Amino acid sequence: MNYNVAIRNNQSIPLKDIPEQSYHTFLESNISLLKDRDDRHCVNYFGYGIGESVKLFCCIADDSMHLIYVSSCIVNKGATLNSFAKHNFAFEKFEREINENFGVKYTDHPWFKPVRYAHNRIEKSKVMDNYPFYGVESEELHEVGVGPVHAGVIEPGHFRFICNGEQIMHLEIQLGYQHRGIEQLFLQKKSLIERTILAESIAGDTTVGHTTAFANLWESLSDYQADKDLQFTRTLALELERIAIHTGDLSALCTDIAYQLGSSVFGRLRTPIINYMQEWCGNRLAKSLIRVGKTNFPYTEYHANRLNEVFAAYEPDFNEMITKLFKLPSALSRFERTGVVTHEEVKLIGTVGMAARMSGLNRDIRLSHPHNLYSTINHEPIIKNHGDVYSRTQIRKEEVKQSIGYVKTLINDIPTFTSISEPELTPKPEMFALSLVEGWRGEICHCAITNAKGELALYKIKDPSFHNWLALAQSVRNNEISDFPICNKSFNLSYCGHDL
Amino acid sequence: MVSLILIIAASLFFTGIIIRTKSLSSGRKGPGIFQPMKDIIKLLRKGSVYSRTTSIIFQIAPSFYFASILMAILCVPLGNYPGVISFQGDFILFAYLLAFGKFFMIISALDTGSSFEGMGASRESLFSMLAEPAFFILMGSFALLTGQTSFHGIFSTLHYGSHISYMLGVLATFVFVIIAMIENSRMPVDDPKTHLELTMIHEVMILDNSGFDLGLILHATNLKFAMYGAIISNFFIGDLSLMYTIPIFFVVQISFAIAVGIFESFMARFRMSHNPQFIFILTSVSLLIFFGVLLLLQKFV
Repeated sequence: MNYNVAIRNNQSIPLKDIPEQSYHTFLESNISLLKDRDDRHCVNYFGYGIGESVKLFCCIADDSMHLIYVSSCIVNKGATLNSFAKHNFAFEKFEREINENFGVKYTDHPWFKPVRYAHNRIEKSKVMDNYPFYGVESEELHEVGVGPVHAGVIEPGHFRFICNGEQIMHLEIQLGYQHRGIEQLFLQKKSLIERTILAESIAGDTTVGHTTAFANLWESLSDYQADKDLQFTRTLALELERIAIHTGDLSALCTDIAYQLGSSVFGRLRTPIINYMQEWCGNRLAKSLIRVGKTNFPYTEYHANRLNEVFAAYEPDFNEMITKLFKLPSALSRFERTGVVTHEEVKLIGTVGMAARMSGLNRDIRLSHPHNLYSTINHEPIIKNHGDVYSRTQIRKEEVKQSIGYVKTLINDIPTFTSISEPELTPKPEMFALSLVEGWRGEICHCAITNAKGELALYKIKDPSFHNWLALAQSVRNNEISDFPICNKSFNLSYCGHDL
Repeated sequence: MVSLILIIAASLFFTGIIIRTKSLSSGRKGPGIFQPMKDIIKLLRKGSVYSRTTSIIFQIAPSFYFASILMAILCVPLGNYPGVISFQGDFILFAYLLAFGKFFMIISALDTGSSFEGMGASRESLFSMLAEPAFFILMGSFALLTGQTSFHGIFSTLHYGSHISYMLGVLATFVFVIIAMIENSRMPVDDPKTHLELTMIHEVMILDNSGFDLGLILHATNLKFAMYGAIISNFFIGDLSLMYTIPIFFVVQISFAIAVGIFESFMARFRMSHNPQFIFILTSVSLLIFFGVLLLLQKFV
């Protein structure tokens, strides 16, 4: 008997093809799939409420086979179960979310607490004001609470440090202040354009990433094969987004170590890239660029020439500044051995994207589950091994250079733009679809289920920040509290992407 | 009296020059050099907001701090012209007046009950405690060298004669520049521009101060900078007449400000745990000066 069904990225399958098992087999088979396999990880594990019961879906990606194993199981709301997290720690957050939404209890979960106080949580009595923080009773240790309102204009989140003098013993991050109920809004808003705009707003800094995931998913649900021009637009936009955000992050890292030159040079370099996005599609964050089944902004020779001009001005300055930064002793002394997350820890947490590649864990959807034009690019993920701020900075440096290379190859071969009017798209009934996209921050996973009428019945989003926040909390342990800002910046995680 | 007037004059543009230098070196135009002063005047015209958890300490501390720095400035001479307060051993009063003001800022930070401010207070007191020996060993050495025990006496009888004494002047300038950077919470020890409470030292202590109080504290910092600049310029003035003294004073102040600006533009702040080591360097340099003095006085075999 098959415990699961194997699909490819952006493939949709009828719901009935996903094998349904007893919870015991469901747990055993998925845990054994993951056991001692670094190339497999869980991309999404969520519940789908049907009346009084919950259907659990577990999607495990196999990076070497380029497959995703999907399995399911029906349990009652409020059931008491053994947890996955006991065997594989990466499930802990998924299980907390399932508990929060459906009241499923786990007997051996390591740390049960709410994820984001979702609007559709089952227990409305649990509110943010009485979040169960981890506390210590000690005369020597002290607690420092930061946020939810922070200095500077950033998103809200509460950080609770337990410190021994200047040294951080423990950090607990409580999020959820940004919760907008995006997943429910996807079901309420019926028109495609509304949903696309929702996807654009999942995380403002990953507009292209999330919208691409949505567009790919929707086209797959509707059995529509996107033309090369759409694939081209999405791939190019993803890489440009990566260049822009990485450059901005390098600037922010320099600001946090008080290196003014780097801060202003990288800050200035980010601008032409996002301005170029505006030239192309009228929005610096690439909103309105990606649409399901069509594009409003055909890419032409003119755009390619402009991009080459932008790069011609960008590259010498970038190379000069990055060389300087990596040769500056005072900067290196702040970066090196700060905020280390070891290979074992990232595997346990199940981090994705940069937060995995910094510690020698090869997780890159562009290579393992290529979408859009990535199968034509011979992508080699950039892997570092120290897991410190330095590694994360290095990854940014090298990915910017790599992305510029990819973009230059892409614009050498501009496809003719034909998809300029919206095709008739109707999602098929009783389907399950999954889409993985490597955004600049890491793996983005969108899942959708349609009901018998072909209407959206469930939309599930997993931003790379979902797991990576725990890596940040882990990285600052035994570091100085004054190094927290650069650790935080070197991860640059999304609050709204997590809170949804 | 001369020194008081000159220091107040220099304090009006000192921070402005630092900010302007930093702007120019990062390719921006930057605000005018009197902008920080305009901001302070704006603050001085505003009322203060006090948290309900604070006590009278929090309200009086900024005035105490400002007053202590003004008092300390009164001790500073300029070449031949003694400060308003000048007596044997006045540099000890000088150091402890500054410490007095700092003490009030520290207890006022603790008074707010904020975990940030407590952290900042602990850092600030640690770093100034570490910088204190450097100041005393340095001043003590010069007292030994000149046989004088007041600021005015030391600086007006200080003559550079041999190679070693030039060396001493250079080292003393270095120590004072760094002490000034530490006391004023500048790079590489502290980052005055940061918006991140967790990495701040001085800024985090004054997070709760507002309006008039904040204006006082900010201007106290300007005065402190100019005061250290004045002490540094004393090493170059000797017993020249006012005609030379005043230009030298401003040249030293301006080049000090520009040096701070350039320094801050092209390096990153130290890791907090490296700061104590860095500050200890000052003490060792002061010890070098002390041994240099012993050499000059031929007290070494």
